[in-house]
Amino acid sequence: MIWVVAWNTFREAVRDRVLYNLIFFALLMIAAAVLVGQISIGIEHLVIVNLGLTAISIFGLVMAIFIGVGLVYKEIDKRTLYALLARPLRRRQFLVGKYAGLLLTLAVNTALMTLGLAVALFYVSRTFVRSDLSILVAVYFILLKLALVTALALLFSCFSTPMLSTVFTLGLYLAGIFSTDIRSFGEVTESPALGAVTKFLYYLLPNFSNFNAIAAAAYGRQIPLILVAQNTAYAAIYITLVLLAAAAIFSNRNLK
Amino acid sequence: MKQSGRRRNIWAAALGIPLLLAAAYPLQRRIDARVQTVQQEKDELMLRSGRVLKKLSLGYDSLLADIYWTRAVQYYGGKRRDHDANFELLAPLLDLTTTLDPHLLVAYKFGAIFLAEPPPKGAGRPDLAVNLIRRAIMNNPENWRLWADLGFIYYWDMKDYKKAAEAYLEGSQQPGARDWMKVMAAKIAEEGGSRRTSRFLWEQVYLSTQDRDIRRNALDHLQSLKAEEDVERLEELAAQFRRRFGRFPASARELVEAGILPGVPVDPAGYSYVLTPDGKAHLNPSSPIASDVLKPVLPR
Amino acid sequence: MRAAIEIDGLTKDYYLGFWRKRPRRALDGLTLTIEEGEVFGFLGPNGAGKTTTLKLLMGLIFPTSGGARILGRAIEDVSMHHDVGYLPEQPYFYDYLTARELLDYFARFFRLSAEERRRRIGSLLDLVGLSSAADVQLRRYSKGMLQRIGIAQAILHQPRVVFLDEPMSGLDPVGRREARDIILDLKRQGRTVFFSTHILPDAEMLCDRVAVLVGGKLQGVGSPEQIVSIEVESLEVLFELPAGSALPPALEAAATQTGARYRIQVPEAQLYGALEGLRAARARIISVSQLKPTLEDFFLRLVGGEQRKHAVEITGGGS
Repeated sequence: MIWVVAWNTFREAVRDRVLYNLIFFALLMIAAAVLVGQISIGIEHLVIVNLGLTAISIFGLVMAIFIGVGLVYKEIDKRTLYALLARPLRRRQFLVGKYAGLLLTLAVNTALMTLGLAVALFYVSRTFVRSDLSILVAVYFILLKLALVTALALLFSCFSTPMLSTVFTLGLYLAGIFSTDIRSFGEVTESPALGAVTKFLYYLLPNFSNFNAIAAAAYGRQIPLILVAQNTAYAAIYITLVLLAAAAIFSNRNLK
Repeated sequence: MKQSGRRRNIWAAALGIPLLLAAAYPLQRRIDARVQTVQQEKDELMLRSGRVLKKLSLGYDSLLADIYWTRAVQYYGGKRRDHDANFELLAPLLDLTTTLDPHLLVAYKFGAIFLAEPPPKGAGRPDLAVNLIRRAIMNNPENWRLWADLGFIYYWDMKDYKKAAEAYLEGSQQPGARDWMKVMAAKIAEEGGSRRTSRFLWEQVYLSTQDRDIRRNALDHLQSLKAEEDVERLEELAAQFRRRFGRFPASARELVEAGILPGVPVDPAGYSYVLTPDGKAHLNPSSPIASDVLKPVLPR
Repeated sequence: MRAAIEIDGLTKDYYLGFWRKRPRRALDGLTLTIEEGEVFGFLGPNGAGKTTTLKLLMGLIFPTSGGARILGRAIEDVSMHHDVGYLPEQPYFYDYLTARELLDYFARFFRLSAEERRRRIGSLLDLVGLSSAADVQLRRYSKGMLQRIGIAQAILHQPRVVFLDEPMSGLDPVGRREARDIILDLKRQGRTVFFSTHILPDAEMLCDRVAVLVGGKLQGVGSPEQIVSIEVESLEVLFELPAGSALPPALEAAATQTGARYRIQVPEAQLYGALEGLRAARARIISVSQLKPTLEDFFLRLVGGEQRKHAVEITGGGS
């Protein structure tokens, strides 16, 4: 059941021409590959990896948020949900299906972009080295991050309008990126109460900077497997948490 | 079976969410430890160019400046806590901060002090400190205190009394400058470095800022200077004792008994000075001030 | 015959106002039983609670109190939807899909083989007359076409119970006839059909039983004949007035005039009094005929009265 919904969600995204963003990405990579040689000698590899991974992250983020906040809202607003829920489909199955569908879209999108990155890299460096594997790990981390952001967008989509949901999701994302700094602020101030609050927030908020391995990939540093496992577990925990909340909210919602 | 599906979802969430959060806590701590190996500090500053960062900040420069300022302070504090004397990122961090917000005076002052201070208290790079302050002055031309900061680096860390005097002089001519600027300019030009001048200037550093780290550092230096002065004085008194009694005193107590001192002298940290039989005095090795004074200045 | 739908004290309150203090009772203690194989009509004016009832039965909204069972299973049990079909009011479907794709998508939720799916979709598209537009995206469909695909998706999986919310809306007379035929066909197949409608002649024609809902309350349940027999028999008098003659004042309010002809409708008991008045006015009686009461009469009378009462409740009550 879930996969039926997921596949349809994927099909909707494709028909909405969402994947056209790949064209922009391709143009970006081409431009970078061609121009980088003129601008910065000796660090072409570094720049391409940096640029490529950052672009993958940003494009993915935009897609995750903008499609994510409409996942449930659109179906309620357009009333397409009525006929769908007449099927023997549980509401939480519907939610997971929509989530999986968007995740699939993001995965496909990211995979294609990674391919583009690889091509650009090959053009610039003429060869692949073993350390380039860390690029794949960095991409995997980006996917984990996108999976979590999507879950958050889905959660908000269950009860708020796209505009508000975008604000909330983006807000949580930024808070998660800067959570280390928030904690530092708390430590720098003299107030122990503030310090305790910021420390609590640090552990409560999803810490998105865990997933940032772009620099490591750019410098070809190896990323320990255990970190891969830990980050996967962390993402899984938070995604489950968010989906549980979404299911609780959505299954109790009276549809207009 | 009424509402069973809906209720179950609520229960699942109510129980599951706190449990999952509880599981996330230790996991996050492990990740924090592990991430150090992957994200080296250098990566924080992959973007070394302040100008590029300013453009990327999309107009939120001052917020970003505050963030980098906080990171700089954390960086410094962390290094001191770990007894790590490698401050190589301090200059770039302060650079970024002040490029984003050229009027963040406390950042300039921080750099003036801690870039110039020798390890383990600072980066030991007075040249970088000078660069930073010169940029500060460029962005804040009428600020006399910045000239004082500049002069101080030349005076204390570089022992370049000519340049120091010039800086104090220049600063004294800025609006709102205190009279002592002119006085110091003349004094330094005339006699170079002296303990009285040093004490005065460190006092000014202490008074000129609210920043915790800078104040503590100034206090440390003032205490060291006081201790130096006390030690000299003690040795003078010991010599005086010798002239009177034909030998050096065995301890400070003898000076007290001889009526030369009112009481056993203690350093600003409360530890009594040690008087050796050869008439030399020094700080009590257990005193926290001792570690500052006894440590030799590393060659540049 | 076993009960297909058992509704028991189903109530739905909506909370209005910012602090959600004033409840509006959209459905008040509805209790109803529909047998398997019945075609059941659910009648009522706009806002009576018909759509609310259907949404409650389909689990789209949740009751404030009371409950219902379909085919013996509680409405909370989503697996029961295997045997239930639903046409929502003003159906909307994924506009980026074609009709065929939509039916295929919905069909995948049921345990059908690919072969079976394809076969059924083909025959359904024929049945609702959309075969030629099967591969056109739904965004290009007219209201009538959407209504047809709506009916198709409701019966796709051959459900034992079918809920139709205003099945005739948006259809032209041909479409209406086809829809009626489909409903009759479903009945022949032994399926239970529960539909809400405004079009009373359809209800009279199709339904085994009807229920009338006004202001959230059930006003009456029974076969169309039973309901209608509550109506008082009345007679219609057609007459002309000679030039210069005026209509008797007592009859003025009840009379309608077309050209030179007047028509009044009077209950049987008052017939002779009216004829007396007309004779005094020197009217020429053209005909006196018995009016067969219709469901509409019952409906209008009932609804008119109820709505007035309901209106008083809303404005007079306050908070």
